[in-house]
Amino acid sequence: MNLLEIQQRMLAAVMQPLTSHERMQPRSRDGKSMHEVAAEFIKPNDRLSSFERLEIYNRQYWFRVLASLDEDFPGLRAIIGQRRFEALCKAYLVDCPSQSFSLRNLGSGLETWLRSHPEHIQPRATLALDMVCLEWAEIEAFDGASEPVLLPGDALASDPDPHFRLQPYLQLISLRYPVDDLLVAIRKDTPDGGMASNAVSEHRKQTRVRKVARQKPQAVFLVVHRIDYSVYFKRIEQEAFKFLHALQEGQSLSSGVVLAFQGRDIPETVLVSRVQNWFESWSSLGWFCQPSAATQEFISPTGNQS
Amino acid sequence: MPTNPFNGFTDFGVGIGLRVPHYQHILSEKPVVSWFEIISENYMIDGGRPLHVLDQILERYRVVQHGVSMYFGSPEPPNREHLKRLKALVKRTKTPWLTDHLCWGSVDGTYSHDLLPMPYTFEAARHTAQKIREVRDFLEIPVAVENVSSYAEFHVSEMTEWQFLTEVVELADCGILLDVNNIYVSSRNHSFDPLDYVNSVPTERVAQIHIAGHSKFEKYILDTHDHPVIDPVWKLYQRAIERAGRTATLLEWDDNIPSFEEVHNEALKANQFVAEMAVAS
Repeated sequence: MNLLEIQQRMLAAVMQPLTSHERMQPRSRDGKSMHEVAAEFIKPNDRLSSFERLEIYNRQYWFRVLASLDEDFPGLRAIIGQRRFEALCKAYLVDCPSQSFSLRNLGSGLETWLRSHPEHIQPRATLALDMVCLEWAEIEAFDGASEPVLLPGDALASDPDPHFRLQPYLQLISLRYPVDDLLVAIRKDTPDGGMASNAVSEHRKQTRVRKVARQKPQAVFLVVHRIDYSVYFKRIEQEAFKFLHALQEGQSLSSGVVLAFQGRDIPETVLVSRVQNWFESWSSLGWFCQPSAATQEFISPTGNQS
Repeated sequence: MPTNPFNGFTDFGVGIGLRVPHYQHILSEKPVVSWFEIISENYMIDGGRPLHVLDQILERYRVVQHGVSMYFGSPEPPNREHLKRLKALVKRTKTPWLTDHLCWGSVDGTYSHDLLPMPYTFEAARHTAQKIREVRDFLEIPVAVENVSSYAEFHVSEMTEWQFLTEVVELADCGILLDVNNIYVSSRNHSFDPLDYVNSVPTERVAQIHIAGHSKFEKYILDTHDHPVIDPVWKLYQRAIERAGRTATLLEWDDNIPSFEEVHNEALKANQFVAEMAVAS
């Protein structure tokens, strides 16, 4: 057996889901005895069989990846419950094993996968999908790139229809449930350590269940952003959300305004005042960044794009 | 003075791993620490708090990068995105050398996120050495590979682990990060004398030493980095520095992490062995 064959066989065994008792499966997916599979390439010793030695790696793999998703998606876990969450994670990881050198990216495909496997999140699929979307946005906002903040007097001021660039870490998400509040509440109820008694834990669990059950649909337009390296959620109006989204897509200021207020009959003075208020608020939060050198090259001194 | 061509950093002395629970203490109290080792992957990101903290640490301390996912023994060539991010971090930290494990952990781009043991064959040694060379040439800094703890051995192995380590580092012309706790753990799991290992390592290539604690189970020992260093591991450390001379030494503590002082004091115990060695020589 050459190096590649050993590695392929071992990885397949290591990534095979554990039994309900967290042991290695007695048979492989194609029905072979795992005792025989393990004995083909792993030596036994005087204390452990080949199967038992391989099982150490099999268990380590699953404990590690499940712990990682558990840490990243506490909101989803609270919505569907611990047991279903674990089953969902196992199914997801079988279909979408890690393709990244970093565990940070393990949940990157979860939302897409759940859309094609809604059975794992029924009957609260929409709520659960919103939560996954928010929890992934939080990860992206936490360690996304940031660029120098746009200051009054920066080059864009002379452009009559400037293209504002948003900070790369900024995440814009539209939700159908107020899962931002729910996630904050879930975090508040989750003890940091193992200090709580069983009675306290049970009370917290029931509180979480009640909070999830109480959730009613509500359109929320959310910006997940950072202040001093901490992640925050900020709700904004639908028009503001459309406007920011347009800017993020590379639209100019005037195109963003048109897209934001399409179909709305608003006096121009009101419209200008609202946009000015948005800019004041968002600028104070550092959401706009300075134009990149590449962008500036395309802006002529008269402000026209070449 | 360097004690060997791969160890130009004997003045580094004893350091500890930089871990999140200690961030606040380090930044506010500014303790005297010879150097910190960082897990490269934790900082191979685009921005945010981890890099902000790292930059503050870099203002005051020396930092050496230690990776957990280069997987020199994996079949596929080095991941370009991984290498690019790693090189950007190398430029940021100015790490004088870089370490990762002598292991594999992925096949065709699917990652186990574990440090899986190598079959000790000449084929595996050649393949692994080639990949180490590619990574070193791309990063343009010295690379040292760490021996891992293992729980399995392969039928196809043609040599001992220490012979394999020697074969790989000679072919790759790279350094060794000698983890004496891993030697102890593997010696118990595979029933060999850990001193045979330490006595066989080509000391002229030892660039750094790791010490750590582990967990003992009924039939095997697991490398958990969640306890103080036990006496048999200190004895291996003592023997390692007797042979290799003063070498940058690092305590790893990754789980159930106690206070900064406790971790640092545990690491500083290494100094008594260095002092004894100096007296003896």
